[in-house]
Amino acid sequence: MATAVTAKEQRAAELNVLARKQRSLWGDALYRLLRNRAALVGLVVIALAALVAIFAPMIAPHNPLEQHGKDGLMEPIWTKFFGSKFTAPAYFFGTDELGRDILSRLMYSSRVSLIIGFVPVSIVVAIGLTVGMLAGYVGGVVDDFLMRVTDIVYAFPDLLFVIIIVATLRGTGLGEAYDGLLVIFVGIAVVNWVGVARLVRGQVLATKNREFVEAARAVGAGPGRIMRKHILPNILAPVIVTVAFAIPGAMLTESVLSFLGIGIRPPTPTWGVMINEGFIVFSTTPWPVLLPSLCISAVLLAFTFVGDGLRDALDPRSKM
Amino acid sequence: MAQQLLEVTDLYTQFFTRDGVVRAVDGVTFEVAAGETLGIVGESGCGKSVTALSLMRLIPQPPGKIVKGSIMFDGADVLKMDDDEVRSIRGNNIAMIFQDPMTSLNPVLTISRQISEALELHLKMDKSEARKRTIELLDLVNIPSAKKRVDDYPHQFSGGMRQRVMIAMALSCNPKLILADEPTTALDVTIQAQILDLLKNLAREFRTAFILITHDLGVVAGMTQRIHVMYGGKIVEKADTAELFANPKMPYTWGLLRSIPRLDERRKAKLVPIEGLPPDLIAPPPGCRFEPRCQYRRDICKEKEPELEHIPNSKPDHEARCWGTQQGGWLVDTDWHKEVGDTRVIEEIKQEIAQLPPEPKPGDVPPPPVAM
Repeated sequence: MATAVTAKEQRAAELNVLARKQRSLWGDALYRLLRNRAALVGLVVIALAALVAIFAPMIAPHNPLEQHGKDGLMEPIWTKFFGSKFTAPAYFFGTDELGRDILSRLMYSSRVSLIIGFVPVSIVVAIGLTVGMLAGYVGGVVDDFLMRVTDIVYAFPDLLFVIIIVATLRGTGLGEAYDGLLVIFVGIAVVNWVGVARLVRGQVLATKNREFVEAARAVGAGPGRIMRKHILPNILAPVIVTVAFAIPGAMLTESVLSFLGIGIRPPTPTWGVMINEGFIVFSTTPWPVLLPSLCISAVLLAFTFVGDGLRDALDPRSKM
Repeated sequence: MAQQLLEVTDLYTQFFTRDGVVRAVDGVTFEVAAGETLGIVGESGCGKSVTALSLMRLIPQPPGKIVKGSIMFDGADVLKMDDDEVRSIRGNNIAMIFQDPMTSLNPVLTISRQISEALELHLKMDKSEARKRTIELLDLVNIPSAKKRVDDYPHQFSGGMRQRVMIAMALSCNPKLILADEPTTALDVTIQAQILDLLKNLAREFRTAFILITHDLGVVAGMTQRIHVMYGGKIVEKADTAELFANPKMPYTWGLLRSIPRLDERRKAKLVPIEGLPPDLIAPPPGCRFEPRCQYRRDICKEKEPELEHIPNSKPDHEARCWGTQQGGWLVDTDWHKEVGDTRVIEEIKQEIAQLPPEPKPGDVPPPPVAM
């Protein structure tokens, strides 16, 4: 063939090959995650919710606790086009039966939800990782003991257990702290660490007999170092996926508890509290229930999308 | 004789399983001088790897346990050390190269982090020093453009390169002894030669003592000064390398030698395998462990176990564990090239094997009762 390839072109091609971007394991996963459209949408929704939560005091049009007595049960402004007479431009999403601005309350609620999503889940991961790694790596009596404790906790029906814990501690100082936030942290953490612990233990058992762990031991690494530096990074992927699914779970638990009236104490706004209070006037107007429900659904769905995306991104083999 | 670096005396390592005690290493004694290279040869399951792991106290425990013996390394007994002391020896004074470079590197850590580990642990280097040394080490084991590749992950390296990385890891703290457990088994033949060359040169350069464990006599031939042949958890023949290849005495060694293809063999000559299987180390034969498979066996072999003894008319350090090679034995003057052994016995052994009841495999399904 007579196609003349100049030296320059050839050099460029070579450079091109060499310059192909190298990605680390995590970089690769991130790339796959961002290519997943549903996960990307989920991330955007979560980011928006987080921004709203952080800047709620600045962007909320009203004080969420302020009662505009004469403006009770206003409807969202778009209902004006359908003939509703109870709208006011000041209340974009309308007001509840006490005349509190729903939009502001929704914004402030997202703060509680995000805190519930991250704080107890961090505790869950910390306990679960510690227990799971110890049980899996040390084995023997330690494993037996930790796993029996785990089994006992696991045997309780989740929600019932949380309700029992929260209801029992409600009267105490712990229950009063931060409008009942602390006791919900405790409840969610106590119930949910078992799942992570079991998962981690299984992963550790599968990893600890692999040859690179033996190689690390042959280099002189002690058990702590092997667990932290060699096993942990290898089992992180499934843990991250579990966390992505545990966060909406925790948020939902908070909403359920608040809806049942044993979660966050009113008047602190949370989506669950709002649904609970809106329920009284549900027959008159659906909006005080509908809007927080939509918020919960949107955020939960977003987390689920991200969780799915993470699972596919971190374990490409699972996707056919 | 030079000061011994490693003296293993009467080492017994056993695994306590549900079916019984597996006597994987059964009274092994050997020594390695500083800077010396030793080959340990034997087929699968003869206790080579367990011996190596025992030296570093890496036997998984339970079910394994070093029951008896002493391992004097540099004047201290490894078996009497506490965990911290053993850990300070591992990777620092004794390093190990594992069989399969594909699985011995942690897939989620970069090459640089894995090599730096020993440097940070033992030589207390900080991150940037360790990184500099890592690049030097990669250069040393001939990884091209080491500077660019230190931050790569293991999956970006080929098998041969990963084994080079393993060698770099082993060399990182200038150990006095390197244990190489089948370092080339998982590699292509051409890469094998390169890796062996590299190992040989580096060991010579750093004056590191070396124990090369392999099932392949061809691998140790050019590599080591002395060879120990192991069978059934025991050393059955000891000699220096030239002597072992020129004048092997133990029938098991003959068997190993006959099963290697040779360039100087006459055409169409067939390889002669060793019939049968290695002994069950839970209930080894009462006499010589090789007796059931030996073509030269006599009655005494079945009754009593021979000791490791010097072979008459051979070099002073040539020893074998065989009744036939002891003073006045029937194999002392046998030339293994000429005598292939008693073929009648081979037939006998074949029949014995044929008569054994077939072992049920776990996956086997019993045949359906009615023909379809």
